[in-house]
Amino acid sequence: MTIRRISIAILVAACCVLAALLLLARRPAIAPIERPALGSFSPGSVAQGEALAAAGHCASCHTRAGGPAFAGGYAVNTPFGIIYGTNITPDPKTGIGMWSFEAFERAMREGVSRDGSHLFPAFPYYAFTKLSDHDIESLYAYFMTLPPVSANAPANTLPFPLSIRAFQEPWKILFFRSGRYRDDSSKSNEWNRGAYLAEAVADCSGCHTPRNFLGAEETSNPYAGYEIDGWIAPPLTAANPSPIPWTEKELFQYLRTGASPLHGATAATMTEVIRDSLALPIVSDSDVRAIAVYFADLDHASARVAGIAAATSEALGTSPLGSGQEDDPDADIYASACISCHYNAAPVPLPVRPELSLNSALTLPEPTNFIQAVLKGVGDTGGAPGLVMPEYASSLSDGEIARLAAYLRRSRTKSPPWTNLEKKVAVIRRASAKPR
Amino acid sequence: MTTFELNGRSVSVNSPDDTPLLWVIRDEVGLTGTKFGCGIGFCGACTVHVEGRATRSCITPLGAVAGVRITTIEGLDPEGKHPLQTAWLELQVPQCGYCQSGQIMQAATLLKDYPDPSDRDINAVMAGNVCRCMTYPRIRKAIQLAAARMRGVTHG
Repeated sequence: MTIRRISIAILVAACCVLAALLLLARRPAIAPIERPALGSFSPGSVAQGEALAAAGHCASCHTRAGGPAFAGGYAVNTPFGIIYGTNITPDPKTGIGMWSFEAFERAMREGVSRDGSHLFPAFPYYAFTKLSDHDIESLYAYFMTLPPVSANAPANTLPFPLSIRAFQEPWKILFFRSGRYRDDSSKSNEWNRGAYLAEAVADCSGCHTPRNFLGAEETSNPYAGYEIDGWIAPPLTAANPSPIPWTEKELFQYLRTGASPLHGATAATMTEVIRDSLALPIVSDSDVRAIAVYFADLDHASARVAGIAAATSEALGTSPLGSGQEDDPDADIYASACISCHYNAAPVPLPVRPELSLNSALTLPEPTNFIQAVLKGVGDTGGAPGLVMPEYASSLSDGEIARLAAYLRRSRTKSPPWTNLEKKVAVIRRASAKPR
Repeated sequence: MTTFELNGRSVSVNSPDDTPLLWVIRDEVGLTGTKFGCGIGFCGACTVHVEGRATRSCITPLGAVAGVRITTIEGLDPEGKHPLQTAWLELQVPQCGYCQSGQIMQAATLLKDYPDPSDRDINAVMAGNVCRCMTYPRIRKAIQLAAARMRGVTHG
């Protein structure tokens, strides 16, 4: 009897908490408006919004492959399920055509939709909350003057109960802090501009900062590297394992063009960030350089600049390995499949010949990126412009890729051997098998 | 439908995205200078240029080359007189000839990257292009000859 009473009491309490939660989680809807006249926005504001939207690579998540710009449908893979980027063109029914500035600003700063429901943090409002008022106004002007496209994004695949938006309320209480970006007065204007772009606009931490089991960024561990879409987004701190430090110059070239000679070419999700954002002419050189300044500082690159020449020459000393007759059967795989494109002659690697000994795919603690690149190759839209790497999924077995990885790791890096390689190749191969 | 540029003209094909580029070039477009060797990117016979870079077409899927420029041995030079081709003829490099178009395409990229290649550069970059007739010494000689002439042209 007592147990039954206690159970009922617990149940009632739980219901009360849930009810309170749902009540608390309610936000008022903001009244729909007629789409504002195009002339109500100044051309300067629209142009600035366009540049900001480019720097913030909004199109990456809000445009499906081959689809109309900003009309939604891109699948954001989260550990909890797929969340589809929404239509942010000013279409009244399927886009944000009926959103007032107030509704737009609330979505950007607090992650709440016009109808009062919570947005999932796949939409990085936790970054956009740091935007300046002026920049949010410009973004609104830009999106509201786009051609409206009628398109509904597919339904998210989040399982119940994660699909309940009210549960975002406690998530926000735990993990979300609103507030504008604040300048660090001990740093230069350029550094602060870079930090603002990285943290408020481009949300670099969205991929490069580890997340806890509830999907919130570990603020104590910024830019320490994380896994996204089956690839590792490398650490952007001094923990980055590249033999050559990411200096301002290297970062600028990489972010602007997708490849830098002393680090290699982009792949996977970062390609979209570069191709659809930082490489666009509308994003200014000075903004890309500011981001480079910020991360070069985070990486403590200046303290390691003196070692670049020695590290480069040491790396290039390993480049010809495998081209001769060697008593190493693993080197044969490299000679047959890889060296014709990846060999570099001293003194400096060519940007079109990604130098493996300098590439983080070989120096990261896990072989994930290496295995992904070998299995899938890099299509013309997948990496640096003009570089296509064939895919070796059908030509190399798990065991051969494991041997190749082990060979390159031991002959080109000073890092400890990767473990369980063959199994890791099999896991990634299975996960990335194309549906037929 | 995938569209790309092949030897200067636009080509559109309906093959699935995972069709090897080599099949499209040989069987659909009908350019047979590019050869099928091992089919796994280990011999170099299928080498073509993708955006000017030597690439194994047998394991490059069609979907990876949408919109890009592709050059085969037929398009390396409008009259078939690329310095490598003339050097190849002069030195009578081929024996059976099967791998030679791949060798020449790979060598063309080599000379673009390294206009004055050492034997080590040649050995490394050409290591993935196999020749069952063992014409390697003549290949190396022809590359050096073409390189010397191309440097002359550039500097002249």
